[in-house]
Amino acid sequence: MHTGGQVKQREYGRTAVFLNSVTAAYGRHVAMENVTLSVHRGDFLGIIGPNGAGKTTLLTVVNGLAKVISGNAQILGEPLSRKNVNALRKKIGYVPQIQEIDPLLPINVRDSVLVGCYGRLGFFRRVPKALLEKTETLLGLVGLSRLGDRPLGHLSGGEKQRVAIARALLQEPEILLLDEPCASLDWKAQKEILVLIQELHNRLRLTTLMVTHDLNSLPQVCTRMAFMKGGRLIWEGEAAQALSGSRLSELYDTGITIASHEGKPVLLY
Amino acid sequence: MIPEIFQYEFMQKAFAAGLLSGMSCSVVGVLVVTMRISTVGICISHAGFAGALFGLLLDLNYLATAFVFSLVAAAVVGPLADRAEFAPETSVGILFSAMLGLAFLFIGLMPGSRTSALDLFWGSILTVTRGDLLLLAIIAAILLILLLMFFKEVQAVLCHRSVALAVGIPASAVFYGMLILLGATVTASLKSVGGLLIYSLIINPAAAAYQVTYSLRKLFFFSALFGVLVCWGGLLISYVLDIPSGAAIVLLSTLLVAALTLYSPKKRGAMTGWTRTDQRD
Repeated sequence: MHTGGQVKQREYGRTAVFLNSVTAAYGRHVAMENVTLSVHRGDFLGIIGPNGAGKTTLLTVVNGLAKVISGNAQILGEPLSRKNVNALRKKIGYVPQIQEIDPLLPINVRDSVLVGCYGRLGFFRRVPKALLEKTETLLGLVGLSRLGDRPLGHLSGGEKQRVAIARALLQEPEILLLDEPCASLDWKAQKEILVLIQELHNRLRLTTLMVTHDLNSLPQVCTRMAFMKGGRLIWEGEAAQALSGSRLSELYDTGITIASHEGKPVLLY
Repeated sequence: MIPEIFQYEFMQKAFAAGLLSGMSCSVVGVLVVTMRISTVGICISHAGFAGALFGLLLDLNYLATAFVFSLVAAAVVGPLADRAEFAPETSVGILFSAMLGLAFLFIGLMPGSRTSALDLFWGSILTVTRGDLLLLAIIAAILLILLLMFFKEVQAVLCHRSVALAVGIPASAVFYGMLILLGATVTASLKSVGGLLIYSLIINPAAAAYQVTYSLRKLFFFSALFGVLVCWGGLLISYVLDIPSGAAIVLLSTLLVAALTLYSPKKRGAMTGWTRTDQRD
């Protein structure tokens, strides 16, 4: 595999995520097979591939939600195991795909964001004033200042996504996992959320792994890219090198051409 | 006519039982309704009921066997509800009917008078003893203390189960803790409310409270308030009309849910005004 040589060359100490021949499954269904991958601290890794490629599974291996059946994973320098998975999760922010929320659910936007810090706080501790203030700051940052008291189920898709991002940031994570953060949003909301994510990644010096189908925005936000297909990692490398028409066409089994518009690559499919 | 009923000691005890049972059942009801695990709740409460009858049949402490049965049911159906990838309705439904079948089997096998068994069926709030009240008070106190101590974790698991897990909250431990509390509450309330009726006291006040607030704290408060009010109201109605108290409590709680669902301020809020104009996409 292309990635094997690269992994060996990298410095271990700067590695935030290291997967060594990891196979993961849901029940009896193997969703990700023999993936070896190294993500440096500060990297912004875009993960692309067709539906069912194992992209979400890759993210959930990192935060210990997926069942690893062989291989091993090291997260933030520690081997991931049942013993330390809860401790590691406290350092990993996770923005899952947009989920349906019961409009009557008894939680408002502010409380939903606050859930992000509950793991770190631990049992028997009240939320300190500093974190309450930080929640308000984050709500402002994601553009939801006015909606703190609104029931979560009343928000639009884009607003719910912003809540999930604010929640993950309140956690003060070292690693941020984003699963299709822009799916089912309109163009404007997609653009705003991507700009927000990129800004936060840079400002907070995060290590970010993002699954997406939005190929056009990737080269601008990612430093590295990973291609997945059929549960396997088929290519991983610099984002600038990822945009090859033939490579993308092979990945998606459909013709993809790369054009140039004002100096930026644009994918036509 | 009304004040005179409080002169009877059995009525005073019945109102005390209504306060404690109504409060604890409707508080655990909030857990069940918010997590949308009603079938799991039905299964666990009927397991407790079958367990109590099993205890009576073998001349064991029926409270202990009720609690053990409800714990076993929680251990069996909990993992089914825990897996997000398939709906547990069918398997939990099968277990529920099996529990009811066992309850009828145990009562059929009982020799002699079946008065205490029938008390567990229909509930016998007018014959509760000081011991029953003490157990109810202890369980209600434990329930409230645990909820206050772990409120933020309970809120996270109730509203954001998968998020709770991902941020490092031991969500499964909190979830099973709540199922155990459900089992304990059912056990303590079996005598006063009855195995066939207890589930309506768990689910109806919570469902009614769900119609009036978006705040989890207020949801617990209103649910407990409604639970106590329907118990007391049911007792009064049963006294005045001379009808069975359990039936009066259940039907009153059903009327309350129906009325609040029809006139839900939450639904009216959703149809008029601020939610629609403020939503942007």
